[in-house]
Order: sequence, then structure tokens, then C-alpha cells
Amino acid sequence: MANGSKRSAVLERKKKVQTPFDVQKHRKDFPILTQKVYGKPLVYLDNAATTQKPQVVIDTINQYYSTENANIHRGIHYLSQQATDAYDDARVAIQRFLGAKESREIIFVRGATEGINLVAQSYGRTFLKAGDEIIITAMEHHSNIVPWQILCEQIGAKLRIAPINDTGELLLGEYEKLLSKKTKFVSISHISNTLGTINPVKQIIEMTHRIGAPVLVDGAQSVPHIPVDLQELDCDFFVFSGHKMFGPTGIGVLYGKAELLERMPPYQGGGDMISSVTFEKTTYNKLPFKFEAGTPHISGVIGLGAAIGYISKIGLEKIATYEQELLSYTTKVLSEVKGLRMIGTAKKKASIVSFVLDGIHAHDVGTILDQAGIAIRAGHHCAMPVMDRFGVPATARASFAFYNTKEEIDRLVQGIHNVLEVFK
Amino acid sequence: MVSSELRELYQELILEHSKKPRNFRALEHANHTAEGFNPLCGDKIKLYLEIQGNAIKDIGFQGSGCAISKASASMMTASVKGKTVREAEELFSEFHKMLSGEASAKLNQTKIGKLSVFSGVSEFPVRVKCATLAWHTLRAGMEANGKTVCTE
Repeated sequence: MANGSKRSAVLERKKKVQTPFDVQKHRKDFPILTQKVYGKPLVYLDNAATTQKPQVVIDTINQYYSTENANIHRGIHYLSQQATDAYDDARVAIQRFLGAKESREIIFVRGATEGINLVAQSYGRTFLKAGDEIIITAMEHHSNIVPWQILCEQIGAKLRIAPINDTGELLLGEYEKLLSKKTKFVSISHISNTLGTINPVKQIIEMTHRIGAPVLVDGAQSVPHIPVDLQELDCDFFVFSGHKMFGPTGIGVLYGKAELLERMPPYQGGGDMISSVTFEKTTYNKLPFKFEAGTPHISGVIGLGAAIGYISKIGLEKIATYEQELLSYTTKVLSEVKGLRMIGTAKKKASIVSFVLDGIHAHDVGTILDQAGIAIRAGHHCAMPVMDRFGVPATARASFAFYNTKEEIDRLVQGIHNVLEVFK
Repeated sequence: MVSSELRELYQELILEHSKKPRNFRALEHANHTAEGFNPLCGDKIKLYLEIQGNAIKDIGFQGSGCAISKASASMMTASVKGKTVREAEELFSEFHKMLSGEASAKLNQTKIGKLSVFSGVSEFPVRVKCATLAWHTLRAGMEANGKTVCTE
């Protein structure tokens, strides 16, 4: 490339970053957002639970069922070839999106939960034994606690919990103290679904690799909101759910380093995961098919591929920057509300804001906001130990996506004032 | 602005009971206890009963939950204290009818009394469990000692 065009490419990139985020344009891609609930425009602030779907994802699924539907990897007919191509293309799109070395390292599962269960059962039951230790953190979602408890029960391993401080940050020094020769697995969330904390996963992975243990990163809350590069992180496993990143429900991804996945036994048996079957002996298929027994969620995979294409076009850097703006605006306006306490005030946070109101239960907050058309989550967020850690029975949680606006945050604040009025 | 549906749900009496619940204490002399739990929102209640013969001689509760569940527990304890187990059962069945939105004409207004403040809850299906948790726990406690009930 000539110097001149290189420079103009750099300028072009700078310009891109500086262009203000056109949220109104992106909102138009989401048909559900134009809806009214109880006669009021919907304000959807429950994105950590699930995100809305852009038209392109809805259309892609529609088109698949209207024109391409067939089973994959076995039909010799035209439609089957079309469906297989679309399915395989989505895997490659996801590999590139995450920066995985090879597409066979991308395993389709139902969601982050199934991905963690797969690793716990397949890797855990094969390579861990009684007395070994598994480390998780005090801010995990139940999906990153219970599969390890089940494994511990099965093999006699021990679960250790890395503590967090009052702002919701992981205590790295304490984490380091937990690491020992006994540590045989570490599983940690990239971003806490309740507190919004962005964990220093790269540092944790480096520390953990020094003692030779593998690390699983739960990326359910990170992949839709910040750029993720698996090569840079160097984690051994990574999981996420499609529906939290503008794709369909029932589909998610487990990434694993090929050398580990190769050594792991299948998680489920069935069609597509075998090379040959006799009643005496079955030979398993190669990666990734070894872990994809049965007819997969084909439309889900193709829909997820479309979602990834969609957000890649907008750009995760831009999305992350815009959501940081939403976060700091929300933090500012909520801190001005008397009697409101934010739960989770880490220095590095994603756009998830949990809060409690003095003497008012989160459930009541949720109902009153709902009446104003504002959808938030109220409860324990599938993270009961986090509630215990902060001494609250439940929190209200507003979680944002790039299609949310400052006006919607103003409506949230107005809604909270309504709550205070009811309970005054 | 607060909508009329919300005013209907959060009536003064409900707010008052949620802020100052009656019989909010553990009973040392309880001979029946039961625990109620709503895993969806984390509402918890522990109920203490002193049942003599067929009568609820004393009742108390502890726990945490939303305004509806707390007020419901408070008003439940106040309304069944001194009643027989059978009368309490009947009251629950009337209360349940009201929350499932059955025509108010069918309700026995003399029986339901003050508990009619909860009629607005029927407009909020997800909150019905909040209002009935204490009652389910009461039923469990009257049937057996040391039982745990769960709304799910």
C-alpha cells in the first residue's frame, strides 16, 4: 500500500471513531422497540437477561425456514447442501469474530450454561480427581457455580471461592493466594451479570497458567458489549449465549483450545458425533462434531451468524464506547436520587446498573416501573451468593444495549421517582 | 404520575402494614412452624403458630420480601389469630378466589373483610404469588410442623 493511502486509511478509521453514535438509526433495526406497553413507549432495560433481535436476524431465520430448511451433514440433496453451507459459514463467522485459531474450536451448544456443563462433565470428570480444587469467584451466576458443585460431588473435588470487595471487584491478591498445586481448574465470568464488574481476565489467565491450570471464561455478558479477542486472552475455554447478543434463544457457543477438546470425551452420544458405529465399537467423529450429537439448532446457528454479522458491522469498539456513555450518565443521574444505593461500583464496569431503594423491595420497584412501560429485572439475578455478599434480598437492575438512549434513562429516573412517591 | 392501577395495588393499608407489620416476631412457645419461599424473587417467610386444640392461639412471622408479601403476611396473621384451623382454611380459600379475579359478587364480603384491599393484586398476575406466600405457609404450618413450601 502506498504511504498516502495508508495515511488516508488511518484518517478514515479516526473519523469512524469520532462520528457520533447514531442510536436512532440503529433503533430502527429493532421492530420490537417501537412497541407501546400499557399505552407508553417501551423502555427495554433488561438486556443482561436477553437482548432484542434486529430485523436481519428475524429475516434470516424466516428465510431459512421458507427456502433452505433441511437437515445438515447428511442429505445429498440441494436443500441439505444449502443448509449445511449456511450452518458451516456461521461457524467460521464466529471463529473470526472471536479470533479463534480454527473453526473446529467452535462448538455449538444451547447457551453458556450448557457450555459450562459440557466442560465440567467432559473435562472435569476426565482430568480432575478427589482432592483437586476448582476456583470460581464470589460474583458468579448460578450457571457458573452449580455445574462445578455437581462435579465436586461426583469426584470429591473442592470448590474454592475467590472473594470480592465492597465495590464488587475481585481481590486479585486473595485470588493469587488460592492458587496452588491443587488448583486444577478455574472458571470465571468476564463481566458480572449483577454488578457489571469487568474482571481482569487476562491477568487472571496469566496467573493461573503459571501453575498450569486451565481457565474457562464465561463471556455471556461480555461478547455483546466489548471486543473480545481469544488469542489475546489466551483462555482455554470460553462460552456465551446467542440470545444475549441479539441472536435467537437456544443457541450458544463453547470455544475450546483444539488440543484440549481433542483429549476430551464426548458429552452426549448420538447422530453426527460418530464416524462409525457397530454394537462392538463406536469411533467418534472429529472436532467439532464430536460434541454436537443429534440434529443441531440449525436455524439458531444461522440466526446467530446473522446477529454477529450485524453487530460486527456497527463495531464492538463503537458499541462499547457508546455504552460507557450510557453507563456514566446513568451513574450520574441515579446517584442524585435520594435513598438509592448502587450495588456494584467497580472502576471497570459494563453497562449494568444494580440498585436498591431504602426500605423498598426490588419487586415493588419492578412492578411500578413496568406500569410506566419500563422493563427492568428485579430479583436475585440468578446470583444468590452475590445478594448475600451485599446483604440485600434482591436488587433492581437496569442493563443497557447500544439501542438504548439517554431519554430512556431519564424515563427510568422519572419512574424511580414514581416509586418513591408511592412509598413516601 | 402514579396510575390508578398502582394506587389500587399499593393501597394505604397495604403500605402501612408493609412498613409496620403486625405479629412480626418469633414465638418462643410455637408448637407449629413452617417456612415459605419464593425462589423467583427471594421472598422468605418463617411462620410460628401456637395451635391449641383446633384454635390458632397465637401467631407470628419473620422474613423479608416485597411490600405485597409483607403486608399480606401481616394482615393474614392479624385475621387468623383466634380463629379455628378450619376457619383459617376457609378464609384462605376466599382470599384465593379474590386474587384469581373471580367475580366479587361470589365473595363472602363479611369473611374477607379488610383483606379486600388485596383485590387489586389480581390485575398483576406476577404478584399473586407474593400475596399468597404467607397463606400457603400458614396452610403448611397447620397441616404439619416444620414444613417448607415453595411457590414454584
